[in-house]
Amino acid sequence: MDGMHDLGGKQGFGPVRYTLNAPAFHEAWERRVNALYSYAVRLGYFNMDEYRHAIERMEPRHYLTAGYYERSLTSLATLCVEKGIVTREELDRRAQGTFPLAAANGPGRTNVASRERFQPGARVRVREDYVPGHSRMPGYIRGKVGVVVSESPAYPFPDAHAHSVPAADEPTYDVRFRSEDLWPRSADPALVHVGVFQSYLERAE
Amino acid sequence: MPDDKHAQPDIATVEKRIDAIQAAFEERGLEPTKAIEDQAHQVEEQWLPRNGARVVAKAWTDPEFRKRLIANGRQAVAELGLAMPKHHRHLVVLENTSTIQNVICCTLCSCTAFTIIGLPPDWYKDLEYRSRVVRQSRTVLREMGLDLPPEVEIRVWDTTADTRYMVLPVQPPHTVGWPEEKLAEIVTRDGMIGVARL
Repeated sequence: MDGMHDLGGKQGFGPVRYTLNAPAFHEAWERRVNALYSYAVRLGYFNMDEYRHAIERMEPRHYLTAGYYERSLTSLATLCVEKGIVTREELDRRAQGTFPLAAANGPGRTNVASRERFQPGARVRVREDYVPGHSRMPGYIRGKVGVVVSESPAYPFPDAHAHSVPAADEPTYDVRFRSEDLWPRSADPALVHVGVFQSYLERAE
Repeated sequence: MPDDKHAQPDIATVEKRIDAIQAAFEERGLEPTKAIEDQAHQVEEQWLPRNGARVVAKAWTDPEFRKRLIANGRQAVAELGLAMPKHHRHLVVLENTSTIQNVICCTLCSCTAFTIIGLPPDWYKDLEYRSRVVRQSRTVLREMGLDLPPEVEIRVWDTTADTRYMVLPVQPPHTVGWPEEKLAEIVTRDGMIGVARL
């Protein structure tokens, strides 16, 4: 989905709030969120693609104003409700207030049937696919041409894995793009490498 | 329905919300408190940048290890007793040179090789870094204190799959000949993310 989470190349954000030796956590509750979401993954309540997608399904204004760990917390709670582990009412009652959850899940999709294997050096184009569900194709590479650098081991296909849709594992390709091709006349010159699932790619002329 | 759906005065605080989940887990006979304690142990004592620093120091001093590390990062770090979660099936180690600066990010969420280079710092997960570093890499690095000469090519790596990345920084010339343990001490997390040079 073309959600609020898909931030690569969005304009308007200011300087990175960078400090040396910056911490991963600021408050104690954040550590509990981090521990309990990974505990839920270990318990088999949900997988990492479902977890990421539940973050993406957050109401956009909530997504932007929540910090990293509040997004994680919202995903954890949403999935626990969707998987029938708790009810929304129980969460609201225990939290003594409204527990904001992400929007309902949409349909996923299985692998693209016509996907092909690419060798390093192959020129590839990112398919112009628009999907309502989970995807790991950042919007900034859609329709763009890059060069395959290498192939990864096969992974669960995220577009399926986040939606319990049966699918084969497939590799990702390390595809090298030129920032000037991604954002013509509007980017610092650089090479941008993206791990692109096989189903997102087609051969470029 | 009010005009502004977000003016909901009764939204529970984040603390109360995680309390709610913890209590719900507890009531179902799960062990959330133990999970929190275990995780604290891992965060404080295991998932630390010093792991990656050991990897870098060894790569600087052992050319054969360096080759294995570049060929198969996951297997090579396992030689040092360093594990990665099952779903991180691939570790790609990116070699900086005097004319190449690699920098890693995750525009879609905040993925990192956290068992090797440590949990990502706050700024790595912020909207600013995620939105800008792919498009304005040189500007962003300069703002963060890394002013690269024009001849240095920047390569940005967006962690969009479960392949994980770490940057192998350039060894500072004055440290050639130092023992591995001493070298590991100068390797920083930000150097392994690629936003700093050593």
